[in-house]
Amino acid sequence: MHELKELYQQVILDHNKNPRNFGPLPQYTNYAAGHNPLCGDQVDVYAVVEDGIIKELKFSGSGCAISKASASIMTTLVVGKSVEEAKTLFDEFHRIVTADFDDKVETLELGKMAVFCGVREFPARVKCASLAWHTMVSALESSQNNEVTDNNLN
Amino acid sequence: MFRVNEIRKDFPVLSQSVHGKPLIYLDNAATTQKPLKVIEAMNEYYREYNSNIHRGVHKLSQLSTTAYENARSVVKEYISASSTEEIIFTRGATEAINLVAATLGKSLNEGDEVIISHMEHHANIVPWQMIRQEKGIILKVIPINDDGEIIFEEYEKLISSKTKVVSIVHISNTLGTINPIEQIISKAKEFNALTLIDASQSIHHSHIDVKKLDCDFLVFSGHKIYAPTGIGVLYGKKKILDKLPPYQTGGDMIRSVTFEKTLFNDLPYKFEAGTPNIAGAIGLAEALNYIRSIGLDAIIDYEKELLNYATEKLSEITELRIIGTAKSKAAVVSFVLRDIHPHDIGTMVDMDGVAIRTGHHCTEPLMRRFNVPATSRASFSFYNTTDEINVLHNSLIKVINMFK
Repeated sequence: MHELKELYQQVILDHNKNPRNFGPLPQYTNYAAGHNPLCGDQVDVYAVVEDGIIKELKFSGSGCAISKASASIMTTLVVGKSVEEAKTLFDEFHRIVTADFDDKVETLELGKMAVFCGVREFPARVKCASLAWHTMVSALESSQNNEVTDNNLN
Repeated sequence: MFRVNEIRKDFPVLSQSVHGKPLIYLDNAATTQKPLKVIEAMNEYYREYNSNIHRGVHKLSQLSTTAYENARSVVKEYISASSTEEIIFTRGATEAINLVAATLGKSLNEGDEVIISHMEHHANIVPWQMIRQEKGIILKVIPINDDGEIIFEEYEKLISSKTKVVSIVHISNTLGTINPIEQIISKAKEFNALTLIDASQSIHHSHIDVKKLDCDFLVFSGHKIYAPTGIGVLYGKKKILDKLPPYQTGGDMIRSVTFEKTLFNDLPYKFEAGTPNIAGAIGLAEALNYIRSIGLDAIIDYEKELLNYATEKLSEITELRIIGTAKSKAAVVSFVLRDIHPHDIGTMVDMDGVAIRTGHHCTEPLMRRFNVPATSRASFSFYNTTDEINVLHNSLIKVINMFK
């Protein structure tokens, strides 16, 4: 049960139950929709970006606990950051969830993201954890409506 | 008394641990485990007489040809076909349906109708959509009720002289519903429509007699009936198969080739282009013989017991809702647990060694019909036990507590 506890840490269960920044933004500058057809997970990411700074970020949609908590924690991490900083955070997040089994991930600076370390042990669940992040990056890269599907998820 | 503990010894894969717990394999509707006899029969082919079939004059080729054609006879006997000409080996049920749709589709015209049901696997939806795109046929879908049963009166309303094909799943992989295919087929006959039965989930859960059913086509995959992946069967009535054009070309399906003209081989080879899955066919025959040695009636009775026990046991969990409550059901239990996503459930019970499937089970229209994005599905085989169902039950209680 040790690995499982690590995967479903209290933080993840809490964010699943009470997701932060949940619900659509009535007015936004950037938006993208993410979809994982394998499991039906769906996420919409709305952002208000001014002068390269993410002023607001919210998400809506449905999915498993991992995907929902990941989206929720993501929103708490990137608000106030620049678009470039948000993309760097995405890279770090991606490294955490896909790092090799034995690799020691430096978690000190990653704070809340570290709870997703457990996902590494469950390769089938990496896409659950990364869907919202891919969708956010897609939203930030364009103000057009974007769609992220399984084909470009990793 | 079904001697399940003896039978379990026939399946090497079952005696292992997963995450430190004994493996409890409840994903049999996805694929079944293979008895040692099947594995050994295939090994024996590769170790002792591997060679290409037909037209070989050497000893090994004669041995492999005999084994491959013997496998065809075993299948023919198993489903009570009239002759081995009616047994086409394919990669699986999906390829078999594609073969029928593509070849039969050539003779369909705009406005012709094909009837399927709301509980079809994607493999019995998309091939017909391809023909719709190509030929402008109309695809009609028989609705189902809240228990997951075909509404027969609606089928009677849909069928007409325009109906050319009725293509129906015998047992739903997602719901476990056993469809009344006898009535569906006889209704189709009144309108001279051809019938295709997808027996992927029924070939190992019920007696299949194509002569009695009088269906025109019947398909199944070997790996659902304890045989390897990559081998399946298309049964077709000879007089209909004779009229269909070839599907793929080259290899065994050819009688003679000049640059001006090619003559096609007779049935069943006409539909078997290229070197087939010889070991797979040998494995399939062995699997069918294995089923016969245990006895299909005993299997059906025991699996019914498992289904009843699982339904009762899982229903004790008040937060659990079973999707698929047909009166006539095979040993499949799909369920949703409160608002907990099936993927979380699947990962969690896996840690207790329990393998179940979570997702849409390649039946997305069915998920929409029941207004769920996905379900968790436990599907049983005669090597499962009531003790294993207890472990699943306890594991689900743990999931609920974790998400409290």
